[in-house]
Amino acid sequence: MKNSKQTASAGEGRRVVNEMRLRLPALSQNEGVARGTVGAFLAQLDPTVEELADLKCVVSEAVTNCVVHAYGGRGGAIYITVRARADREVEISVRDHGCGIANVRQAMQPMFTTDKSGERSGMGFAVMQAFSDRVRVLSAVGKGTKVTVIKRLSPAGEL
Amino acid sequence: MFGSSRITVTLDGGTLTISPRGEIDHHSARSLRDRIDNEMYLNRPAILILDLSGVDFMDSSGLGLLLGRYQRASEIGCDLKLAGCSARTKKILELSGADKLFDFLAKA
Ligand SMILES: Nc1ncnc2c1ncn2[C@@H]1O[C@H](COP(=O)(O)OP(=O)(O)OP(=O)(O)O)[C@@H](O)[C@H]1O
Ligand SMILES: [Mg+2]
Repeated sequence: MKNSKQTASAGEGRRVVNEMRLRLPALSQNEGVARGTVGAFLAQLDPTVEELADLKCVVSEAVTNCVVHAYGGRGGAIYITVRARADREVEISVRDHGCGIANVRQAMQPMFTTDKSGERSGMGFAVMQAFSDRVRVLSAVGKGTKVTVIKRLSPAGEL
Repeated sequence: MFGSSRITVTLDGGTLTISPRGEIDHHSARSLRDRIDNEMYLNRPAILILDLSGVDFMDSSGLGLLLGRYQRASEIGCDLKLAGCSARTKKILELSGADKLFDFLAKA
């Protein structure tokens, strides 16, 4: 029964082999703390230098958006969950209880920003997309936002 | 994060070279931005070189910083060049098409 065996091994691949939950106040110094901590957790999976740098950048983008946009510098909690699955898929979610996004599709357009300072380029979501396999954004105005990023790491021991 | 020890500034004739070291994110970008702008307005160089060879992390906040400096520099007729860009920094610049705005130097 070739088929059922394939299904079984696919199911095994989805098994969560390790998980980390992190809760940080929305302070700008925690942008570095978040990407450093996630990077340390991911190191056990033996990612390539490039994959590790990609995911640290993704975390930095999502956490910065919580600090800058969700809470507008006023502070609040940022919840980060990292899951590693047997098939080497990594799932990182970054959640806030901030202002939410009225139009997610528009927010994800490259160069779209609501920032007025002239110091933001509106490229955060584009960077997250370029450095991962998939980015999912769930948001409700006045309730908050959850950004989930998925990336499958190359087989261990390969360059 | 970008205290003065993390930034080297040299003025050679009309060329101002600023070399930040470390990580450029939203947290560190503000002090770095203030330092670059202060040096630029104080010295009014013909050429400003941002030497990024010592930068080991940069995200879209860094991109915003570079684009903002490009804007400020052009306002005062200063030619901004980037030196020592890593492949990763280049990749982020390319995503936005910002790579076309800058002159790249291999070394400062
Ligand atoms: N967690 C969030 N809560 C509320 N709004 C958000 C959140 N994340 C993103 N946004 C909105 O989506 C827009 C686009 O985000 P994106 O990260 O792509 O660009 P940016 O943060 O504006 O600029 P950059 O990331 O290049 O500095 C933001 O300007 C903001 O309006
Ligand atoms: Mg952003």
